[in-house]
Amino acid sequence: MTTPTTTQQKENLSQPDPSQQPITADVIDATAKMQAINVDAWFGQKQILKTVNLTVKPNSVTAIIGPSGCGKSTFLRCFNRMHELVSNSKMAGQILLDGKNIYDRQIDPVQIRRRVGMVFQKPNPFPTMNIYDNVAAGLRLTGTKKDKNLDDIVKHSLEQATLWDEVKDDLKKPGTSISGGQQQRLCIARAIALQPEVILMDEPCSALDPIATAKIEKLVIELKQNYAVIIVTHNMQQASRVSDYTAFMYLGELVEFGETRQIFENPKNKLTEKYITGEFG
Amino acid sequence: MKLTGDKIFKILAAIIAASALTILLITGYTLTAGSAPVLQKFGLNFFFGQQWNPVEGREVFGILPYVLGTLATSGIALLIGVPLSLGIAIFLVEMSPRSLSVPISYLVELLAAVPSVIYGLWGLFVFRFWMLNYIEIPISKYLGWIPLFNSSHIGLNIFTAGAILAIMIIPTVASISKEVLSAVPNSIREGAYSIGATKWEVIHRWVLSYGRSGIFGAIILGLGRAVGETMAVTMLIGNATGSAAMPTSLFQPGQTMASLIANGFLDTTRGSLASSAYIGVGLTLLFISLLINVGAHVVMTRVFKVKGGAVE
Repeated sequence: MTTPTTTQQKENLSQPDPSQQPITADVIDATAKMQAINVDAWFGQKQILKTVNLTVKPNSVTAIIGPSGCGKSTFLRCFNRMHELVSNSKMAGQILLDGKNIYDRQIDPVQIRRRVGMVFQKPNPFPTMNIYDNVAAGLRLTGTKKDKNLDDIVKHSLEQATLWDEVKDDLKKPGTSISGGQQQRLCIARAIALQPEVILMDEPCSALDPIATAKIEKLVIELKQNYAVIIVTHNMQQASRVSDYTAFMYLGELVEFGETRQIFENPKNKLTEKYITGEFG
Repeated sequence: MKLTGDKIFKILAAIIAASALTILLITGYTLTAGSAPVLQKFGLNFFFGQQWNPVEGREVFGILPYVLGTLATSGIALLIGVPLSLGIAIFLVEMSPRSLSVPISYLVELLAAVPSVIYGLWGLFVFRFWMLNYIEIPISKYLGWIPLFNSSHIGLNIFTAGAILAIMIIPTVASISKEVLSAVPNSIREGAYSIGATKWEVIHRWVLSYGRSGIFGAIILGLGRAVGETMAVTMLIGNATGSAAMPTSLFQPGQTMASLIANGFLDTTRGSLASSAYIGVGLTLLFISLLINVGAHVVMTRVFKVKGGAVE
């Protein structure tokens, strides 16, 4: 199943087929916060990702763009080991967090998910919990008890997610009682509360109206002061607005990766150019 | 006015729907009318008395032991059956691969198709001795001085009846709980995993919490079955009457309302005070069943209601 494909996009890649190379020290980028090395992923027999490589710098926003079904969400879910939760899923390759492979046998995926937070396509606050508990849920798992400290973290997280002013009087209301955009910011606060190092966002605005989208985008840019953010989006304008680096994926392969400005203004690959200019997608 | 096909269908459907209510009302009326003589004679003593004597001329009827016996056996059934059922449901939905969960759910549902008299027979000839040798005798040997564990060493008692009821409610509770857990949106599980919850935490803090009203409903349906179950209980509970039937010990013979009726109705003559007493027991049983269902409905809609938002 790992037979290297010889499609046209493959030849356009600047690097030789990396699955044939052993992972050596010089592949590892010491300045990277996270790094995907030769990542393959499958659902059953269907290969979704084909030897994808990507470097994520600290304090930056990396956008992953590409048409539907190109594997960008699957790729994102490999960064916090959510991919493996789906039955029939398989994954090969390495993903490094601070230089350490998160797929190492000794690594507990639960610990990884605390360091690499996630925000989903559809806002999914916990409906059985109020707003406060939604933010505090992750901390309660780690054993932080109800005290001043927890109150502070919840407040701080909601402030960082620019939601505090809107919900500070309604902390006891159900997490699902607020608007869709607020719910999504609540989910961001929930991720922030664990003080992760990286935040993954899987098309966080696709279910939101333009105003809510603008708020989230502003927030994403603010978040990079403290975190590395990887954001999957099918909205190219959004990618160009919020990201520092952009990766273009097509049919499970990473076609081009570079600084966002370069990708959008001067793409090296014909496919990227076609996608950016809206010729397909 | 011309009767179109739609109108005829509407009227027919309304009649059929009304018949369900009518049957309940007729049953209620018949039981109330039939039990009127015994209620007039004994009043509240019928409900709170402990003596039971259907012999003509010396009649005395009090059903408290059987009401309590019903509650005791049903309670034991829930205590044993619900954790097992939830375990089955959790395993089927959250853990087992599909290739295993399909045949297992089928087998669990098949348990519901076993006639209760079969459970009774198996209970009488096999299960009773397991209970006797491995639970009743060891416990009563060391704890027999506690009235609750005082044993008569025959294995036909409240605990055996409750345990067989537990097995009988498993298919109901497990299969409904399974549906409830399957209906929990995956986005909730993913959200919980994404903040570092373990599988166990995801199940007990999120999945069970989200499905609590449905699970409560499943338990109530199981309770409904346990309260009314007759045949297997009659064969296993030991059928004590009078104050001897008060459920003071797990390991002493008892009696439920349903088993009392099953045991006694053949010996009564139509129109006698005794037959009125049995009808009175039936009325009480119906009333308690209705009470459980209505109460459950209130709890489910008022207390456990999970409000949906963006999560579908």
